[in-house]
Amino acid sequence: MALLEIKNLHAEIEGKEILKGINLTVNAGEVHAIMGPNGSGKSTLCHVLGGREGYEVTQGTITFDGHDLLEMETEERAIAGMLLGFQHPVEIPGVKNIYLLKEALNAKREAQGLDEVDTFTFMKQVRELVASMDMDDAFLHRGVNAGFSGGEKKRNEILQMLLLEPKLALLDETDSGLDIDALKVVSEGINRMRGEERGIILVTHYQRLLNYVEPDFVHVLYKGKIIKSGDKTLAHRLEAEGYQEILEEAS
Amino acid sequence: MTETQELEQLVQREYKYGFTTDIEQEIIPPGLDEDVVRMISAKKNEPEFMLDWRLSAFRHWQTMTEPEWAHVHYPKIDYQALSYYAAPKSQEELDADAPESLDEVDPKLLETYEKLGIPLHERAVLAGVKGANVAVDAVFDSVSVTTTFKDKLAEAGVIFCSFSEAVENHPELIKKYLGTVVPKGDNYFAALNSAVFSDGSFVYVPKGVKCPMELSTYFRINAKNTGQFERTLIIAEEGASVSYLEGCTAPQRDENQLHAAVVELVALDDAEIKYSTVQNWYPGDEEGKGGIYNFVTKRGDARGDRSKITWTQVEAGSAITWKYPSCILRGDDSVGEFYSVAVGNNYQQIDSGTKMIHLGKRTRSTIVSKGISAGRAENAYRGLVHIGKTATDARNFTQCDSLLIGDKCGAHTFPYVEAKNSTAQIEHEATTSKVSDDQMFYLRSRGLSEEDAMNMVVNGFCKDVFNELPMEFAVEAQALLAVSLEGSVG
Repeated sequence: MALLEIKNLHAEIEGKEILKGINLTVNAGEVHAIMGPNGSGKSTLCHVLGGREGYEVTQGTITFDGHDLLEMETEERAIAGMLLGFQHPVEIPGVKNIYLLKEALNAKREAQGLDEVDTFTFMKQVRELVASMDMDDAFLHRGVNAGFSGGEKKRNEILQMLLLEPKLALLDETDSGLDIDALKVVSEGINRMRGEERGIILVTHYQRLLNYVEPDFVHVLYKGKIIKSGDKTLAHRLEAEGYQEILEEAS
Repeated sequence: MTETQELEQLVQREYKYGFTTDIEQEIIPPGLDEDVVRMISAKKNEPEFMLDWRLSAFRHWQTMTEPEWAHVHYPKIDYQALSYYAAPKSQEELDADAPESLDEVDPKLLETYEKLGIPLHERAVLAGVKGANVAVDAVFDSVSVTTTFKDKLAEAGVIFCSFSEAVENHPELIKKYLGTVVPKGDNYFAALNSAVFSDGSFVYVPKGVKCPMELSTYFRINAKNTGQFERTLIIAEEGASVSYLEGCTAPQRDENQLHAAVVELVALDDAEIKYSTVQNWYPGDEEGKGGIYNFVTKRGDARGDRSKITWTQVEAGSAITWKYPSCILRGDDSVGEFYSVAVGNNYQQIDSGTKMIHLGKRTRSTIVSKGISAGRAENAYRGLVHIGKTATDARNFTQCDSLLIGDKCGAHTFPYVEAKNSTAQIEHEATTSKVSDDQMFYLRSRGLSEEDAMNMVVNGFCKDVFNELPMEFAVEAQALLAVSLEGSVG
């Protein structure tokens, strides 16, 4: 059974159709890259998968790990094992990062019928993850994303992913705004998450992330449709030739 | 369903403490004249000086008009339709004084507190907080029911008793301090309170004594159509310190009940008073019907050099709140602080803030106000920072933040600054923000329910204030906030 199966997905926002019939299947163990120029519908796809209000699905189905995804609230999707890594993680002043991490982990554990994580185990795990992301412990006690640099925000997204161990990680433009060092750290984090049990979707405008995280499949999204799919060489072609060439070829 | 509709649907919550205790009450018939004032004084066996004080306040009140400047709206109160005294009868029959032990207290009263989650038996144990020592002076309508922990406090020389007891046992202290911070004719509601106040708490911490435990009073309005007029007086002598918590609830009723309390704090040289309030009076139903009118005068006099007064309040209840806990910074190097969370939901109206009156040299004040509005609530911050001529090198920092939930509520800020001394340093920061869809979506996508996500954002917003609450009450305040905003997510 596929981990994620999107069939003929049409979605609109404020009456304007953005997604016009997307088909995509992601199996556990696979890394997919979805690439496309600005305005192609990449972020809309992420929001629809995340269950954001304001997006209306007019046609099609999405099945996630056997569930009808469209019937689920955002938090239910998260608890079922989907994690959305944001392009622009929002600031939540006054809420300590460590507190959100713990609450998120416990929400998931509760759904699994497990007790709340004990503080000692939790702190030990979090500290290791923080170190692995080349971050400072002090970062845990700052407000969620509050005053974080672009790079810190993205590292934080990956940190959450490493802690929550989702079945499907959906990373929206995780590479945008990263300098080369941060890009390496973030990529290493993503690579550590690769595994038989897990699917990863990288949504990106540029190819450079894919130099560090090698995808199994690459899809080109254009005007709300996937117009071309291939292996990692497709990404290299996009980089070398630009979108125009591929678009013309597809049409 | 749009988020606004969802919000409206979810905003409906029930007031958890809306029950009435069926106890025979002794109530003076409605109406207010000099005879009623005399009757109240007589019932309490007060000495002549108290009666004179009350009568003079009453006469002054008659010359005054109800203030209308606050950003609140309500039908005119008929002061002759209210009853000004209610005492649980079974209690009175026991003894004119407070009972010696809990065994003498009407079990129904105790049951009421039980429901409130405030059993009188050693509140520290109830709070389940390690090392928490809290003494409770519970006020049921107008008569103080019982005071716990008296022995331990007496050992330290601290007097903590009902106001009535203080009048009887320590008249010299009452004479010396009553009305010295809030004069009996200070304002309309304070004058009314001075005339008819029924009971309240009295705290006296002698020179050099650090009060060994947190002191706590739990107010509750029970009787129908009775105004509750509490009077609290706290005195910390030279080098003394005390932390005091007041918690309030009232049962659910259709009609509006009036609560006009007066709190006076006096801090002498090097003394410190921390006064924390968690106010959860009945706010009215989701249509805006019923609820408490909370018209309160609270003022602290940092009379001595290097003295410090801190007000921390979490205001979650009442249909209308009109309240400005203030500090008169009279002593040189004295410090005043005000930390406030005021949350309004449904049709609640809040006009609250503080006054910092700088008179002494190098006086410092800090104001942190967090206003939260949901439903159709109107929430106004009104603050005055006054730097007097004599207040050389005075400093004030004000931070005033508003958080809006939904799009039918209002937040207003009325900051006043009067600086009569050019050495003053005054800073004012203000923000207004909305709980954003982005924040909600972000937290929910991490597995948090809508309610939990909202509570997290709101608690984060209030953190600076919660940090100032005594540890054992910070948790309570967070829980109260969650109940108050139950469902107001979107």
